[in-house]
Amino acid sequence: MTTTTDRQDERLQSRDGLRGALTDVVERARGGDLGMIPVVVGLIVIWTVLQILNPVFLSSANLVNLTLESAAVGVIALGIVCVLLVGQIDLSVGSVSGLSGAVLAVLFVVKGLPVWLAILAAVVLGAVVGWLYAQLFNRFGVPSFVITLAGLLGFLGLQLYVLGTNGSINLPFDSGLVSFAQFSFVPDWLSYTLAVVASAALFVSGYLHARERRKAGLSARSVTTLAVRSAALLVALGFVVWYLGQTRGVGWMFVFFVALVLVMHYLLSRTKWGRSVYAVGGNVEAARRAGINVKTVFTTVFVLCSTFAAVGGIMAAARLAAVNPSSGGGDVNLNAIAAAVIGGTSLFGGRGSAFGALLGVVVIQSISSGLTLLNLDSSIRFMVTGAVLLLAVVVDSVSRRSRTSHGRA
Amino acid sequence: MSVLSLRGISKTFGAVAALTDIALDVAAGEVVAVVGDNGAGKSTLVKILSGVHPPDSGTITFAGRQVEIPTPAAAHKLGIATVFQDLALCENLNVIQNLFLGQEIRPLRLNDVAMETRSWELLRQLSAKIPSVRVPVAALSGGQRQTVAIARSLLGDPKIIILDEPTAALGVAQTAEVLNLVERLRENGLGVIMISHNMADVKAVADTVAVLRLGRNNGVFPVKDVSAEDIIAAITGATDNVVAQRAARGQEGQQP
Repeated sequence: MTTTTDRQDERLQSRDGLRGALTDVVERARGGDLGMIPVVVGLIVIWTVLQILNPVFLSSANLVNLTLESAAVGVIALGIVCVLLVGQIDLSVGSVSGLSGAVLAVLFVVKGLPVWLAILAAVVLGAVVGWLYAQLFNRFGVPSFVITLAGLLGFLGLQLYVLGTNGSINLPFDSGLVSFAQFSFVPDWLSYTLAVVASAALFVSGYLHARERRKAGLSARSVTTLAVRSAALLVALGFVVWYLGQTRGVGWMFVFFVALVLVMHYLLSRTKWGRSVYAVGGNVEAARRAGINVKTVFTTVFVLCSTFAAVGGIMAAARLAAVNPSSGGGDVNLNAIAAAVIGGTSLFGGRGSAFGALLGVVVIQSISSGLTLLNLDSSIRFMVTGAVLLLAVVVDSVSRRSRTSHGRA
Repeated sequence: MSVLSLRGISKTFGAVAALTDIALDVAAGEVVAVVGDNGAGKSTLVKILSGVHPPDSGTITFAGRQVEIPTPAAAHKLGIATVFQDLALCENLNVIQNLFLGQEIRPLRLNDVAMETRSWELLRQLSAKIPSVRVPVAALSGGQRQTVAIARSLLGDPKIIILDEPTAALGVAQTAEVLNLVERLRENGLGVIMISHNMADVKAVADTVAVLRLGRNNGVFPVKDVSAEDIIAAITGATDNVVAQRAARGQEGQQP
């Protein structure tokens, strides 16, 4: 057997096949490269505790609700992941989402514009807000923390101004937007098909990639590993679809959120733009010298984050079928940021992934939903969510220190 | 036959003449050490060659024709690569990602197989001892990082490579590793300009040593004909200087 190009160094321990892949994961976690492990462990703990406290929690009906509740905040968290990756922050996502909801409601209900036009206007407004932040950040070098803190207050004000004397605006129940968010579920046959397609796609792309690597004389994942991986995905997705299908099923809004996560995952991990985002988060000066247009990267990221906030605001409005002065207020901001951080996105930049937003938001919504089921006051909910965020940040800092000492920073 | 020659290069910053009438020649397969005291103009010279600052006057001849280097991109295009002292690597990215940063193959669907293959080629070319290219750069030693930075500069097939203090922050073994690397570059037919403070390193790998003093040429010597003391004399401007005095005092012992 010949040694592949990347395995010639005698110091490398050979780790082939399935067992090797598992050993790698354990080794990496020991070195402080925790990836998704804390969030998965956290989720199991939280679910167990909440299920013991209230047996309704893990019921299909409640979990369906959970997925629908997660989608809006999850989309906002996806934007937060992007800004955190370049080592910046956007504290105004809650206000921007509220403003976007208000603009949508006023244009659609009060002014009577077609719904697609109202949605487009709200999304474009979000993009403009992000562009504005980027200009302030790039031209004047104001820290993003302060710019977006100003935005937090400013856009909350604008939201109240837009709503004016209307106060709360209800979206008509028969509109496509509200029925999309509340009553549209993927039919069973289609959900199972999607699950099969997803795992097949995972296998095929993995197989083609491995073949290309072998042809180039590099080590590659074995067919067994690939098969086990996609079989595991198929079982997991199949179970989720089956369990949620016991009641209402998988909501289209949740599918929309997952699709956005997949798109962002591709953009971040497989494109030049994504690479430059991680590079800017790791070392701005190095990125600049490598010929990356750092200002453009910051601009795209801020625009993306505010746009996602606007989209999330529209989804929240559709879910509630109403917009009021407190839309996007309260804990939306903190929940979105907490979801990103809990999902393993480092506050120090350059580390994290789009899937983190998905897992993180499920954790956050589980806590919120579980505590609501227990009839606990929002005061308790705020405190618990705050504590969980704090815990996530501590895990982030500790694992960063551990990575430094294991030479993996 | 020199690949790169500078004639009459001058550069002033306000009232300070950083470089005056500098001449320098680098041939293919030659290692030229540029030495000088702090403020002698070494960094300014590097910046002119890498396109950070344009010179005020003088000519740069590259591969037989007169050129201008207005921007870093222009330097890169000509075939002059610079490895700055701080290396400018992203610690969170792995070796492949760092090597191809800003010049990835297939921007919309990264071709990581091609990039990994090319990375191994480059590292083999330098006989680099890096066990895996999939580890983040944070996991590498100082010498290995220097290797990655040099390998990255080789990506554009340069003719001249400028190393700014390549051994400044390294230990004994790692310094030796980098010096081997410099020799490997020479064997591959590149012209190397090495900025250094360390006489031992200069004596070890350089073919020619060019001394700058207060922004002027203060002698170009073939390394094998010159002693470290002579180089220091040229750097400081006299044989009777602070360094020589200290050395003499040291030999006499601690007498009052």
